[in-house]
Amino acid sequence: MSAGVVTKERTVTAMVAGEPYLDLPEDLYIPPEALEIFLATFEGPLDLLLYLIRKQNLDIVNIPIAQITKQYMVYIEVMSNFQFELAAEYLLMAALLAEIKSRMLLPRQVNTEDDEEDPRAVLVRRLQEYERIKKAAEELNEIPRMERDIFLATIDTSSVSVHKPKPEVQLQDIVSALQGVLRRVDQLSHHTITKEVLSVRERMVAIMAKLEGCDSLLFARFFTYQEGRAGVVVAFLAILELSKAELIEILQAEPFDELSIRARVGVGND
Amino acid sequence: MTKQSSEPVQQVNKKIKRIVEALLFATEQPMSVAQLQAVFPELERPERVTIEAAVGALCDDYRSQAIGLHKVASGYRFQVKTDMAPWVARLFSEKPPKYSRALLETIAIIAYQQPVTRADIEEIRGVSVSSNMIHTLLDREWIKVIAHKEAPGRPALYATTAQFLDYFNLDSLAAMPPLQELQALALEGEMEI
Repeated sequence: MSAGVVTKERTVTAMVAGEPYLDLPEDLYIPPEALEIFLATFEGPLDLLLYLIRKQNLDIVNIPIAQITKQYMVYIEVMSNFQFELAAEYLLMAALLAEIKSRMLLPRQVNTEDDEEDPRAVLVRRLQEYERIKKAAEELNEIPRMERDIFLATIDTSSVSVHKPKPEVQLQDIVSALQGVLRRVDQLSHHTITKEVLSVRERMVAIMAKLEGCDSLLFARFFTYQEGRAGVVVAFLAILELSKAELIEILQAEPFDELSIRARVGVGND
Repeated sequence: MTKQSSEPVQQVNKKIKRIVEALLFATEQPMSVAQLQAVFPELERPERVTIEAAVGALCDDYRSQAIGLHKVASGYRFQVKTDMAPWVARLFSEKPPKYSRALLETIAIIAYQQPVTRADIEEIRGVSVSSNMIHTLLDREWIKVIAHKEAPGRPALYATTAQFLDYFNLDSLAAMPPLQELQALALEGEMEI
């Protein structure tokens, strides 16, 4: 087998017995010389495994483990020269696959009391979550951003001469101040509330910021009534989420007392 | 107090509109309504709605121009309309920076799952997160440490900043592209246990 060149466009991976392989061979074997280039196109073992499953219809349950282990050992020898940490991550994945395989080979216990999760299900969930983030990162790369698609329109203000007039109060100013007050009265009687999009994640961050530097705050202090029902719901959800993440504690001094919230001990700004 | 019903709810103050226009062009950073208000001397400080109405009117004025008024997380800013961006890009010989997949995936995890620790990011990506990358993101002010988790080592909890949203031309986290549904991965063979 002679090593082929793995380009980012995945043209020819390898020549096997004179036949060109356009995609990666199903048995995961990559010639050690091509490994460095090959791995550089992947973001780690999850990414590689995802690629193999999606593109090669690789069945993660039926992988020839002995063969793969041998191959991985060769990789590690090669990689120990340059990126041992990377090798460790791939080795961990190989070990996980081997563990799954060996569990599959063992006779199934009929009355297992512990509801241990299927290790494949755990792996599949991780792969799915990774795939979702991978797609999100790709989308993030596509949306317009500064420096590439967004250019600011600004004017050079270095030539503007600053002239500060002395404060002088004139009758007109007083009248306009009165007008301002009247306008304000007007607005109070005719104010409109516009709906703003509220994000629970954003609110979670805002709540943590609010708790910074103070011991605890009353529950009610986290709600802004002007935001209306939606705002209250978002704040409430944010509090529940933070509580679930064990970032805050919801406290009550005694029964029927008012609730208060504080950052968990050990959580705080440095 | 009488109120002329024929008048629009908030009449646009032409002078304030001109001032707002000048201010937004003169600054490099986006300006929020509060920041715009703060520029005015205290005695003649316009109301929030007055500024908002001025911004709205400016937005309309620039609708058909190559420059437009845009709202991002930190406030308003004038920018070249996206369809004209390729022309502006031709002015610069330097290519815009490209971000590695590792960096984009890391910032995506922080944006969608915040607040998260470095271990959370590593768990999802299956590889270790380099300190350099976290430093780059902190230096760029795309992320910040909002707290420390009550766990061994008290790891820092990261969240995204308004500057991150500004950079990606977004006005809130809710404006980010929605996360896709989890896609089924074929599992052959029946599940055991």
